[in-house]
Amino acid sequence: MTVGVNHYLAVSALLFGLGLYGILTRRNAVAILMGIELMLNATNINLVAFNRYVAPGALAGHVFALVIITLAACEAAVGLALVMAVYRNLETVHVDEINVLKW
Amino acid sequence: MGELGAFIILALVTLLPAAAVVTSRNLVRAAMSLVPSFLGVAGLFVLLQAEFVAGIQILIYAGAIAVLILFVIMLTAGGTGTAVRQANEQRVVGGLAAAALTAALLALLLRTAWPLAAGSLPRANVAAVGSAFLTTFVLAFEISSVVLLVSLVGALVIARRER
Repeated sequence: MTVGVNHYLAVSALLFGLGLYGILTRRNAVAILMGIELMLNATNINLVAFNRYVAPGALAGHVFALVIITLAACEAAVGLALVMAVYRNLETVHVDEINVLKW
Repeated sequence: MGELGAFIILALVTLLPAAAVVTSRNLVRAAMSLVPSFLGVAGLFVLLQAEFVAGIQILIYAGAIAVLILFVIMLTAGGTGTAVRQANEQRVVGGLAAAALTAALLALLLRTAWPLAAGSLPRANVAAVGSAFLTTFVLAFEISSVVLLVSLVGALVIARRER
């Protein structure tokens, strides 16, 4: 039995589900960002696997995976800067306690 | 057979630490568990003949993002203390929603007949990726570089202490 595209898709779906669980259940904003990183990784596995098995002659999957990695770095930098700013003003990083916009 | 064995090992190296990332009560442990998960994904990229993507994955994810996350956990309170409640009250609902989405994704992805094509990737992968970036995908390349600059400046402005 050889490794096919379905194996990679299964791993990617499981990783995506784990990341979603982290996003839905964590209170700490940094932990939510970690869940987002896991989901972005799952997306990259999908892109590269499809590049390998569906269009082996093209390199679009690699290129888009690299662009997503770049944007994930941007997102992590801005998101963590926001967490630091919120922590300095409200002295908490728990998203269920950040409710100053709620009436 | 060797490929299947390597795939199973790398999938476990990816998924088991990922489960620790989303469930561990100690956030430092969760952030450290990100590193083997990212390395496992890099190994999967190598199996998929994407060596350049694997290298960038190790450099940026396992190198930069994990360290950045660790820094912010250390600079903010409430992350390392296991006395703090880390999960909110929708653990059951969130678990059900994540499981439902995973099941739907698995059913959808595994049942679809993909238009598979035989053949392997070109040998000189890195050079081909580089020239693809500067010819076909030059717009995506330039836009992502502008986004990188903007997010760099934005992160500096947001994180700077106000006078």
